[in-house]
Amino acid sequence: MAKVIVVTSGKGGVGKTTTSAAISTGLALRGFKTVVIDFDVGLRNLDLIMGCERRVVYDFVNVIMGDANLNQALIKDKQLENLFILPASQTRDKDALTQEGVEKVLNELKASFDFIVCDSPAGIERGAHLAMYFADEAIVVTNPEVSSVRDSDRMLGLLSSKSRRAETGQSPVKEHLLLTRYSPERVERGEMLSVEDVQEILSIPLLGVIPESQAVLNASNSGRPVILDAESTAGQAYADAVARFLGENVDHRFLTAEKKGFLKRLFGSVA
Amino acid sequence: MSLLDLFRSRNKTNTAAIAKERLQILVSHERSTRSGPDFLPELKQELLAVIRKYYPIELDQVKVQLGKQDDCSLLELDIVLPVNVKADVA
Repeated sequence: MAKVIVVTSGKGGVGKTTTSAAISTGLALRGFKTVVIDFDVGLRNLDLIMGCERRVVYDFVNVIMGDANLNQALIKDKQLENLFILPASQTRDKDALTQEGVEKVLNELKASFDFIVCDSPAGIERGAHLAMYFADEAIVVTNPEVSSVRDSDRMLGLLSSKSRRAETGQSPVKEHLLLTRYSPERVERGEMLSVEDVQEILSIPLLGVIPESQAVLNASNSGRPVILDAESTAGQAYADAVARFLGENVDHRFLTAEKKGFLKRLFGSVA
Repeated sequence: MSLLDLFRSRNKTNTAAIAKERLQILVSHERSTRSGPDFLPELKQELLAVIRKYYPIELDQVKVQLGKQDDCSLLELDIVLPVNVKADVA
């Protein structure tokens, strides 16, 4: 049975699309047939992060409206055999997504995919609501920063009251915390909430901690999900998160600052 | 980090601790209001419309809160009427 995963956060700019791209690519790398859907109608961006922006012909709304069928709209990843992207529409009509339409598309996808990853837009409007409504599991992307933590808590409240699982009395949406842009150095200096702090406030299980990394910008620059950059700390941390998502027991890494030598301490990191 | 920071950082305040404390207070407050039903804002507007027929009051003069007392839900209305305005009954 296909699993629907929403990647959500409430707040914008915390790394939802980066995470959706990385997690869906990671699941596909593990051999699961995976589709990642951009729910940000009007502000399509997942296609850029996945590096398929020039191959978009039809989109999510076209499929809902019946202007195209799913096979026409799904973009097959260039490298991974079992990874597909369903891009968002650039229409300015906010009501283009309907609950019935989304449900129909998801049901059709469920027939042939193992995982359906829904990349939620920021905010709590229709797009964000529909992205999480049908979810079985939620990855809540949070930065160690006050407004992001607050918004994540708000999203957790919505997941437990406004999702279909909540409304129909099924077992609740399984929640995972993914802490991104983490800087152990700043945590040690008392400038940033620690992973323990955020966990204590949100009290949901920790899926992973993605360290602040230059590799993330490099990845989006080149349209290659950061998880494919196996050299980078962020790429490795995402790979760990995927493993944990699949039930493997993997120790958390990159939680402590690397010890700096005397000279580096004196002159800062020039590199 | 440079040479100067080595000395400066010693007496910097721990802002992460402040952030944590502020969040804990805020989040527990927001969680307690979250459990309330969705109709409260609408109820408030409708009450306001009714009272406005008789008294010219503003939205912030009506407080509607749903609390709990023992095993009952308690709907609390707190309406502030202006002092010098005579009821203008049509």
